[in-house]
Amino acid sequence: MEKIPILKLGKLLLVTIQVDLYDHLAESLEADLVHMINKTGAQGVLIDISAVSIIDSFMGRIIGNIATMSKVLDAETVVVGMQPAVAITLVELGLPLHGVLSALNVEKGMILLQEKIHLNDNGFATEVDGDT
Amino acid sequence: MKNKGGNSSTPRSAFIDITDTKDLPMKNETIKILQKKKKVILDTWMKFQLSDDSLREDLMSNDELRMQSEELISIFVDSLKDDNIDKPESKDFEPVTDILNGITMSRAKQGYTSRETGNFVFSLKEALLHLLQQEIRDPQELYVQSIRVSRLIDFFGVSTFETFIKGREEVILRQTDEITEISTPVIQVWDGILALPIIGTLDSARTQVVMENLLQKIVETGSGIAILDISGVPAVDSLVAQHLIKTVSATRLMGAECIVSGIRPEIAQTVVHLGIDLSNVITKSSLASALKTAFSILQLQVTKRQKNLTHSDNHGKNSDS
Repeated sequence: MEKIPILKLGKLLLVTIQVDLYDHLAESLEADLVHMINKTGAQGVLIDISAVSIIDSFMGRIIGNIATMSKVLDAETVVVGMQPAVAITLVELGLPLHGVLSALNVEKGMILLQEKIHLNDNGFATEVDGDT
Repeated sequence: MKNKGGNSSTPRSAFIDITDTKDLPMKNETIKILQKKKKVILDTWMKFQLSDDSLREDLMSNDELRMQSEELISIFVDSLKDDNIDKPESKDFEPVTDILNGITMSRAKQGYTSRETGNFVFSLKEALLHLLQQEIRDPQELYVQSIRVSRLIDFFGVSTFETFIKGREEVILRQTDEITEISTPVIQVWDGILALPIIGTLDSARTQVVMENLLQKIVETGSGIAILDISGVPAVDSLVAQHLIKTVSATRLMGAECIVSGIRPEIAQTVVHLGIDLSNVITKSSLASALKTAFSILQLQVTKRQKNLTHSDNHGKNSDS
């Protein structure tokens, strides 16, 4: 059976979805990822969906679920590389995925994730604002 | 009692059945006259057209007009037959309607008014009637034949109007498309900052175009911030706000931040009165302050250059990330 690989990168987990997700695959990814986070104690998860061109409400919910579950397991989740059509579809479906961080590409997602983890390590978010 | 001999001296009845003309010997006389006198018709018609005040010499030269008229007359007269003169919807007239539609369509696009286009067809009727008047002596017969000819031309007149309106609608549709296309430019104002000034009403079709353009550009340029400037949007109602929120959500899903700027006091009032929740959207009153916010999000700083460099301007930027 097809499986989506979950790669460990230091404290992070990297999931790149290179095929169009179908329901069963998405569900097994959800289960695998949660186990993997538990096993490795990862602090951040990066999901690259740049190759996903079709999405439906179920898939949208799964992505939302994965993010929420990782958060419960104390790992930040960033979804990167969403295609415009997918973004529009999700919004039109009424699934704006609140609470899920997103970034344009893997590089930016990695930076975002490292910032987040760094803040978490410090315990308190010390905001550095160059205001006005 | 039906009318028996067309040229006859039947007592004048108030009712003349012009549909029952089978046994009229004069019947194809009209057609014959018309076919023989093509040239005369053309000349009379041209005379009528040229003497008309509404003649548009600026849009079409007289020679061209004459050519169009000649073509139309010859096809019209040639397709006249004994059995179709009372049936304008007959297949025989298709070439006539085709030519007429072509002429009308091009006139609609050239900017003729409907009156001018109508006059073009109806002056043909006048020319034909003029000819019949000269050729047919018997008043009753003249009346019958005139009615038949008018009926035919009226039918063409109506179809001309239909085509004219269709032509105009095509022009309007094309322009609408062009406006939507032009009116949603996505501008890159800085490395990583896009601006999208929206001018005119935001409806769902337009939001769709705006959203697609914006998201596409975000992917192309890899920008992290998009500024939606709505100072050119005349009114914001709950539907427009809904569209805005959708655009902002989609941008966020892509991993970019969206700032809505150009919110006028009246718009702020309406938004609050309508109970629209814009709390999770960054809103700024002007494009300048939105840009400032964008700079601070990207941790960019704009500083005035020290005086030691003499020439020109004051923009220095340093970035770190």
